[in-house]
Amino acid sequence: MQQIFNFIYKNSNRLLFLLLLGISLSLTIQSHSFHRSKMISSANFLSGGVYERINNLNEYLNLKVQNDALASENAKLRSILFNVKDTSSIAKLDSIKGVKNENILISKVIHNSYNVHENYLTLNSGELQGVKPDMGVINSLGIIGIIDNTSPHYSTVISILNKKSQINAKIKKSNHFGSLVWDGKSTGFVQLVDVPRLASIKKGDTIVTGGQSVIFPENIGIGTIANIYTEKETNYYKINVRLFNDMTNLGHVYIIKSKDREELTNLEKREKDE
Amino acid sequence: MNSALLVNIFRFVLLLALQIIIFNNMNFLGYISPFPYILFIILYPVNGNKSGLIIASFLLGLIMDMFNNSGGAHATACLVLAYFRPSLFKFAFGLSYEYQTIKLNDVLTPERFSFILLSVLIHHLTLFLLEAFQLSFILDTLARTLLSTVFTIIICIITIYLIKPNKR
Repeated sequence: MQQIFNFIYKNSNRLLFLLLLGISLSLTIQSHSFHRSKMISSANFLSGGVYERINNLNEYLNLKVQNDALASENAKLRSILFNVKDTSSIAKLDSIKGVKNENILISKVIHNSYNVHENYLTLNSGELQGVKPDMGVINSLGIIGIIDNTSPHYSTVISILNKKSQINAKIKKSNHFGSLVWDGKSTGFVQLVDVPRLASIKKGDTIVTGGQSVIFPENIGIGTIANIYTEKETNYYKINVRLFNDMTNLGHVYIIKSKDREELTNLEKREKDE
Repeated sequence: MNSALLVNIFRFVLLLALQIIIFNNMNFLGYISPFPYILFIILYPVNGNKSGLIIASFLLGLIMDMFNNSGGAHATACLVLAYFRPSLFKFAFGLSYEYQTIKLNDVLTPERFSFILLSVLIHHLTLFLLEAFQLSFILDTLARTLLSTVFTIIICIITIYLIKPNKR
C-alpha cells in the first residue's frame, strides 16, 4: 500500500499529464466525428459574449460596406416587387430567390473562421429565437452553411469551407445532382463531386442547391463552374466551383426554418421502420 | 511567491485576450496565423510548480479551443509543450547548467533562441497535426507548421523585448 502511494506521489506529474492528455485527445477525436454534440464550442456564454462585444466594434467600423450591401439587396428586392406580372398579388416579402414555404430568421455572424480545415461561424441568435441544429444558413448571395450547435443566445455553423460539410447541389440548367465538398485549399472555391459524365456542362454554368435535402430549399445560389476535371477511377466529373459569397467577409445572414422538414423527416423515418 | 502567482495570472488573461482579439484575426496569405499565447508556457518560472503549469496549460488550451471551435487540439498541444518543457531546458541550456538562474526574458542568446524555437515547433506541430487529423494533408500540415512557427517566433521575440523589465 505504502509503495502504491509512493509511486503515485513520485509520478504525480506524469499521471496528471496522462490524465489531461486523455481528456484533450478524446475531445479532439470527438470533434472530428460528424454530428456529435460538442462541449467545447464557441456557442456558449463566455466565448459567445466576448465575440459579440468584438463584433459590435468591428461592425461600427464597417458600417459603410454593410450599408452598401443592404442597399443593393433592397434594390434587388424592389426590382422583383416591380416586375411581378400579376399586379394584384404582391410578392411575398421573404421571397429570397427560390425560397418558398419557409420561415426566415435574420441573424448576424459574430465570429468567422476560414484558415483551418474545419471552419465554423458563430451567430448571435440561438434557441430562444428558435434556432435548431441542422437548419440551413444563407445570405443574399448564396449558401453559407448548416447550424451545428446551439445555446440559448448563440449558435455555431458548419461553414461550407469545412471538410465535414457535404451538401446536395445541382447544375442549374441540366438538373444533374452532385455533392458539394471542400478540399481545404482555397477559400474562394468548393468542389462538386459525383456528377455523372452524361451531364453536359461548361465553364461559367451556375451551381445551385438541389431539392434532395431537407436543409436547404431548392435553387439557392452557390457559385459558378471554374474548372472541370474527370476522375479516372470513377468516371465522374469533379468540378471546381467559384463561390458567389466571399466567405472571408460575412455580415448579416438568414437562417431557414423549414416548415415541411419535420413532416418529411418523420415520413422518411416511418419508411425505414417498416 | 505571491507576486509571481499574480504575474502569472495576469499574463494568462492578457495573452489569451490578445490572442483572441488580435492575433486570431491575422491570416497571412489566408492560412498562416501566429499563436503567441504560448508565451505563457515559455515564460513560466523555471523553478515554478510543475503540476500547476500542466493544469494551467490545459486550461489555457481549452479556452482557446472554445473560441476556435477546434475540439481539443489546442489543449493537447499546450499540454505536450508543458510536459516536455524541462527536457527542452536540458537540451537547450546543457545538462550542467544552473537551472535556477535561467531567465528567459532577457537579451537573446543562442540558447534562449533554440529553446523558444523548439517549444514553438513542438506546439505547432501537435496543433496542426490534430487540427488536420488526416495523413493525406501531411505536406500541407508541415508547411503550415513551418510558416506559422516563423511568424509566432517573430512575434514572441518582439513581445519579450517589449515587456522586458528595463533595468538599465
